[in-house]
Amino acid sequence: MSKWLKFLAIAILVFVHTAGLLFDVPRLQILNETIRALYFHVPMWFGMFLLYGVSLYHAIRYLRRPDPVNDYKSVEYAHVGTAFGILGMLTGMLWANYTWGTFWHGDPKQNGSAIALLVYLAYFVLRGSIDNQEQKARLSAVYNIFAFAAIIPLIFIIPRLQDSLHPGSGGNPGFNAYDLDDRMRPIFYLAVIGWFLIGLWIANLRIRFRALHEMKLELSDEMDE
Amino acid sequence: MKWMSKILSVCLVIMASTALGQTAEMADAFRAEGKIYVVVAIILIVLAGLITYLFMLDRKLSRLERGIQEKKQTNQERKAF
Repeated sequence: MSKWLKFLAIAILVFVHTAGLLFDVPRLQILNETIRALYFHVPMWFGMFLLYGVSLYHAIRYLRRPDPVNDYKSVEYAHVGTAFGILGMLTGMLWANYTWGTFWHGDPKQNGSAIALLVYLAYFVLRGSIDNQEQKARLSAVYNIFAFAAIIPLIFIIPRLQDSLHPGSGGNPGFNAYDLDDRMRPIFYLAVIGWFLIGLWIANLRIRFRALHEMKLELSDEMDE
Repeated sequence: MKWMSKILSVCLVIMASTALGQTAEMADAFRAEGKIYVVVAIILIVLAGLITYLFMLDRKLSRLERGIQEKKQTNQERKAF
């Protein structure tokens, strides 16, 4: 990952954390100042979705050309994506406690995203349960496609078909005038970009670590010969 | 009596409309005192710390990658001899 992108991510996040707390936001009942959580909670989910998308891309690349590099890229992006998802879940629960009354409301969006996270946890369990490297890579790449396909109805479609306290449900668009006005929009989108870039950076570090680990295994194999 | 109830209802309508128009309570006093800058500064310090940590990890990995490349090259040269 180029240095330029890293500095861009840092500049964006410094701006987001400053503007997110200082700039004007709509004055709404119940939400009050917690409306600012939108800048920090929602980018976690967007980051997760984008990182899972990158993971899917590498999974498909693995199926087209079975190179182990594609496989471990796919895993590491999914790994960082899951970390973002867990942060999104925890921040969402805390926010829900103050605006909806309980940490877990059984809201369709909450349930859907919990299932989506479990689907991805199962991905790691699946990988852990197969010893053969090639088989592990192939099966988990196929599972990755299904997991990504499952997220879309779980997070984006089903909650929208039902009544829910979460914005973007009950037929409402996700970003309607009441929860995301024009003052909030630029900061929110910058936050998504900034966190996604940080996610890519962390995944990049993990991939390089994995590459070094594989290299070490190769070297010890050579020594044995 | 009629005019009294009329006035009362007008008053109620005015009160209701002002209540609706009233904006939600925000942390205005907290901001006015300038304490929000303390929060911003603390969050930025945490962010800076975590990002510095990422940079350090990045550098560590680069160093390791370079070291292994060099080692591989010397091994190959030794084999060539």
